[in-house]
Amino acid sequence: MYVAVKGGERAIDNAHLLLAKMRRGDTSIPELTVEQVRQQMPLAVARVMSEGSLYDSELAALAIKQAAGDLMEAIFLLRAYRTTLPRFGSSLPLDTTQMLLSRRISATFKDLPGGQLLGPTFDYTHRLLDFALLAEGEHPGPQVDATAQLESCPRVLDLLAAEGLLARERPSAAEVPDMTREPLDFPTSRAQRLQALARGDEGFLLALGYSTQRGYGRNHPFAGEIRIGEVEVWIEPEELGFAVPLGDIEITECEMVNQFVGGKGIEPQFTRGYGLAFGYAERKAMGMALVDRSLRAGEYAEEVEGPAQQEEFVLMHCDNVEAAGFVSHLKLPHYVDFQSELELIRKLRKQAEAPMQAAAQENRA
Amino acid sequence: MNGLNPNAASQAAGALESGYNFAYLDEQTKRMIRRGLLKAVAVPGYQVPFGGREMPLPYGWGTGGMQLSAAILGADDVLKVIDQGADDTTNAVSIRRFFARTAGVATTTRTPEATVIQTRHRIPETPLHGEQILVFQVPIPEPLRFIEPSETETRTMHALGDYGVMHVKLYEDIATFGHIATSYAYPVTVDERYVMDPSPIPKFDNPKLHMSPALMLFGAGREKRLYAVPPFTEVVSLDFADHPFAVQRWEENCAFCGSHDSYLDELIVDDAGSKRFVCSDTDYCMQRREPFEPQQEVGQ
Repeated sequence: MYVAVKGGERAIDNAHLLLAKMRRGDTSIPELTVEQVRQQMPLAVARVMSEGSLYDSELAALAIKQAAGDLMEAIFLLRAYRTTLPRFGSSLPLDTTQMLLSRRISATFKDLPGGQLLGPTFDYTHRLLDFALLAEGEHPGPQVDATAQLESCPRVLDLLAAEGLLARERPSAAEVPDMTREPLDFPTSRAQRLQALARGDEGFLLALGYSTQRGYGRNHPFAGEIRIGEVEVWIEPEELGFAVPLGDIEITECEMVNQFVGGKGIEPQFTRGYGLAFGYAERKAMGMALVDRSLRAGEYAEEVEGPAQQEEFVLMHCDNVEAAGFVSHLKLPHYVDFQSELELIRKLRKQAEAPMQAAAQENRA
Repeated sequence: MNGLNPNAASQAAGALESGYNFAYLDEQTKRMIRRGLLKAVAVPGYQVPFGGREMPLPYGWGTGGMQLSAAILGADDVLKVIDQGADDTTNAVSIRRFFARTAGVATTTRTPEATVIQTRHRIPETPLHGEQILVFQVPIPEPLRFIEPSETETRTMHALGDYGVMHVKLYEDIATFGHIATSYAYPVTVDERYVMDPSPIPKFDNPKLHMSPALMLFGAGREKRLYAVPPFTEVVSLDFADHPFAVQRWEENCAFCGSHDSYLDELIVDDAGSKRFVCSDTDYCMQRREPFEPQQEVGQ
């Protein structure tokens, strides 16, 4: 019986082998390749890259395969790998006005320079199971006009800002903080908050954003613009003194326009919330933008009344690797502490029972 | 394994990993952690924020302790890892293996032979000596957290030494239950200044913190905090003059070694709920049973 509560090295080794077997499934079915995951599950790959904070679709696909499709586990794998990588510097700010767009929509203007570009989306699909996908087959490509040119697509919110209707964001010359090197210190800067939210759990941000829509820190959002596409990343190495392009990455950017009635010396104007994620990740970017805006409550002297407005609450709990780790640690043995609690509860009960017994005896007498 | 300490049982599970730096973390990170540790030793009980890294084990499973161990391990150290007092609980095995693989250090289960002991939830029964460092895995480093959830607030409270709420909480326990209803992670005052969470060790272990000749380091990975109790530092468990601090005692003895002084785990051994009690510190129990026999290698 002593052995029963103990685990050994053999148990651990065997657990790993059992896991590998579960992951592989029926060996008469061909094994999934990493390239298949990368090509055919791009949205899963995007989520793992975003929350794993590492833009590498091959490694993200490998992590998804290794994690048997558990995206949080895959995110953790990618994070643990990322932490071992050296840092060379920060890129220049991405210029998303120069994106090669695959999708661009605005809910605030019917038409706008560059137009609306629906692109690939689930939005207007009827959610009916497509039984044709049960079989393998050819999939006809979209109809494209090979001669079509992408027009210049200025950002919607910049148009509003030019009119003075939107709060101006001031560019910061400060060094880019790195929350994976320096622990968060409250109150945080907006750069730190955006960094934490970009790594934050999609589900958590979605729920918090939703809570602001339902009245817990309401701020009247409109989807000013969502754009998805490829953007160039530039860096300026110190020894060169000029910027060079590193390559393209696919991103999703969301800018929310929020009403602000003004007050305390600030004129009535619109304000903005910002969301950015790697790959095609609209839901994540929208949730992030909503929460970014609600966390700016202090900046606009708004009353903090909803959980989505409390920076410490949001930022300390939005990371799913931290959350999953701490919740799962409950599976570790706790019998020493539990023994302490047993002893305490028995002691307290003994004490509570003594006067009751005395009272019972008195009643009988 | 490398014969640095012939008395230490080595147990290299698998080959030494070649793709990583000694003890996994890069040297810059280790230096950053050691700077934090120096500060922690200089200000006993103060929680030093540090740039905690993602470790290849989940948060909550000892990543803080592992980062401290990685930062202080040298090639000639002998490592012991315990969880719930035992060397052979799965997570202890897993962490010991991690360092055997990434640092190639000798490992042992014998408390007196270890130079670095990483622990979760216990302090060994065998008294530690001045050549040893005890590294605690800490889930929630903030002793005031369950009274005040905000970190901004608790840091201010520490700065001002504003610990009244802590005593009020203990007093409320006494008023409600007749006892202080905290049996583990029992708060202590370190060096007459900072109130500190000793990690979730049973309060039974609290007296071992006081004037310990061994350096005690505490690492919280998820919360990115580390703190320390230097050797021979006063560590006092909070209490009241009329309700002095007292540790747990058992009426039973250990079913294996007969010890009446060690912390006992309760085992339910049959369907009728019969109980047996055994030492939680497996090495202590083993030493009492086989004082003269050479130690067997674990995992054989």
